[in-house]
Amino acid sequence: MRVSMDIELKDIPGQLLLALRPVSEFKGNLISVVHHHEKRTPRGTIPVQVVFETKPDKLNDIIASLEESDISIVRIDEKRYFEHGAVILIGHIVHTDIQDTIDSIDNTGYAEIVDLNLSMPKINMPSSASLKIDAVSKEHLAQAIDILKDIAKKKDLLVIEPIKSELGAI
Amino acid sequence: MRTVRVSIIGFGAVGQGVANVLIDKKKYLEDIGLEFKVVAIADSRTAVIDPDGVDLVSVVNRKKTEGTVGDDKLTGLEIIETIDHEVVVETTPTNIVTGGAGLHNMLMAFKKGRDLVTSNKGPLAMKYGELIEAADASGSKFRFEATVGGAMPVLNLARDVLAGNTITNVEGIFNGTCNYILTRMMEEQAPYEQMLAEAQELGYAETDPTYDVEGIDTACKLVILANCVFGMNATHEDVTVTGITKITPEALMLAQNDGYVIKLIGEVNDSRINVAPKLVPIDHPLAVGGSLNVASVQTDLAGPITVTGRGAGSVETASAILSDMISIYRE
Ligand SMILES: NC(=O)c1ccc[n+]([C@@H]2O[C@H](COP(=O)([O-])OP(=O)(O)OC[C@H]3O[C@@H](n4cnc5c(N)ncnc54)[C@H](OP(=O)(O)O)[C@@H]3O)[C@@H](O)[C@H]2O)c1
Repeated sequence: MRVSMDIELKDIPGQLLLALRPVSEFKGNLISVVHHHEKRTPRGTIPVQVVFETKPDKLNDIIASLEESDISIVRIDEKRYFEHGAVILIGHIVHTDIQDTIDSIDNTGYAEIVDLNLSMPKINMPSSASLKIDAVSKEHLAQAIDILKDIAKKKDLLVIEPIKSELGAI
Repeated sequence: MRTVRVSIIGFGAVGQGVANVLIDKKKYLEDIGLEFKVVAIADSRTAVIDPDGVDLVSVVNRKKTEGTVGDDKLTGLEIIETIDHEVVVETTPTNIVTGGAGLHNMLMAFKKGRDLVTSNKGPLAMKYGELIEAADASGSKFRFEATVGGAMPVLNLARDVLAGNTITNVEGIFNGTCNYILTRMMEEQAPYEQMLAEAQELGYAETDPTYDVEGIDTACKLVILANCVFGMNATHEDVTVTGITKITPEALMLAQNDGYVIKLIGEVNDSRINVAPKLVPIDHPLAVGGSLNVASVQTDLAGPITVTGRGAGSVETASAILSDMISIYRE
């Protein structure tokens, strides 16, 4: 199962390593770590979002081990994706191997295409598609869209992405 | 009462709009202690000059009926060079290849130490640094609010009203023609070509729409914003541009089903100047319809500030020019 965990680290060296060790110790697989240095809490701690894969029966061990190391767990969620984004593609979407386009996002491990709507008006006319992307964080969503834009450039597709304030990257 | 002598160089939609607002606002201006006395007007072929102030009503009528402003043969450039006055209103056509007559007019105005207010973005999008330098060297005041958002205040908002804030990002719709076409494509589920034709018929788009629909007009406005608000020294070649000609009605429908509209969005921040069609959530302040313009300014203290308004039109654009003129001379 995929687990997302918000933890808070004291601002002293070695804390991040201490927090990540139990995941590997119990054979978990780390997927992403987002360190929110700029969002320091009033308690002076640094919020960190960790996403990892683990066997369900190991989760309690990991939690116990973290608590032993005095690391505070703010939230645990088994749902992996928190950010949802949409993009529109225009061009010869099917001819240019739509599966390959989708795979390139799904293979990232931090984002996934969860919905696709295709509209093909006439043969040989450019078609349009809407893609829904889920990602583990805003930063990862923006990265996934960048990957999509790179592929689209090679395949001569037009990508219409959300405005910047919507992506929250300001 | 402070009397300020004015020349209007270029007497088309905007130049005539300026004349009309000066007629309409005469009393208002007197009340704030200002008299703008127009001493010379030029179009592409003729001029009218009167040191005691030309009769604006009759020049506007003459331009309408005869197509010329007067019988004088002085060019706009010669007026700026030789006729005594304080402020040049430069409203000749935009040229983004050479800068056109506007570039020479502006440089001459600064050489002669005159102040200048303009709606002509060509010279600014090409030679911003050179123009600012020339204006500074002669102590000339140089204002150009109308070049970016028509009636919609963006430059003065960022520079004056939001003074003290650091602006981190500006994004918005800066071209009414594209907004009109995309809005209509969505309403009618009709292809681009059809709605372009409609826009041309209604006078929202030029016969050659390239400049608008390929995003070049938006790019020029962003360059001015980038230079004026972000202190860059960019030209329109520094902008990455994608226009609206490839947008399909199907794409607009798919976007709508997901809660978005598609708009041609211009975006400026420290790292990039970009024009591209983007998805805007239907309930977002940037999702304005028709031919409106809109700009959202992201600031460190005030957060996001969004303004919307008419990006073009004779009197609307003249409004921005008048407010620039007043801000130069009001005590
Ligand atoms: N229209 C808008 O809503 C709007 C909004 C924002 C910015 N602007 C900008 O404002 C400027 C004026 O726009 P507009 O709509 O008024 O254009 P316009 O209707 O085409 O008028 C241009 C005027 O300039 C004159 N002209 C051309 N070359 C000249 C020269 N060398 N010396 C003196 N006059 C010259 C023309 O003379 P003739 O009359 O003899 O042809 C005409 O009177 C343009 O740069 C435009 O991009 C316009």
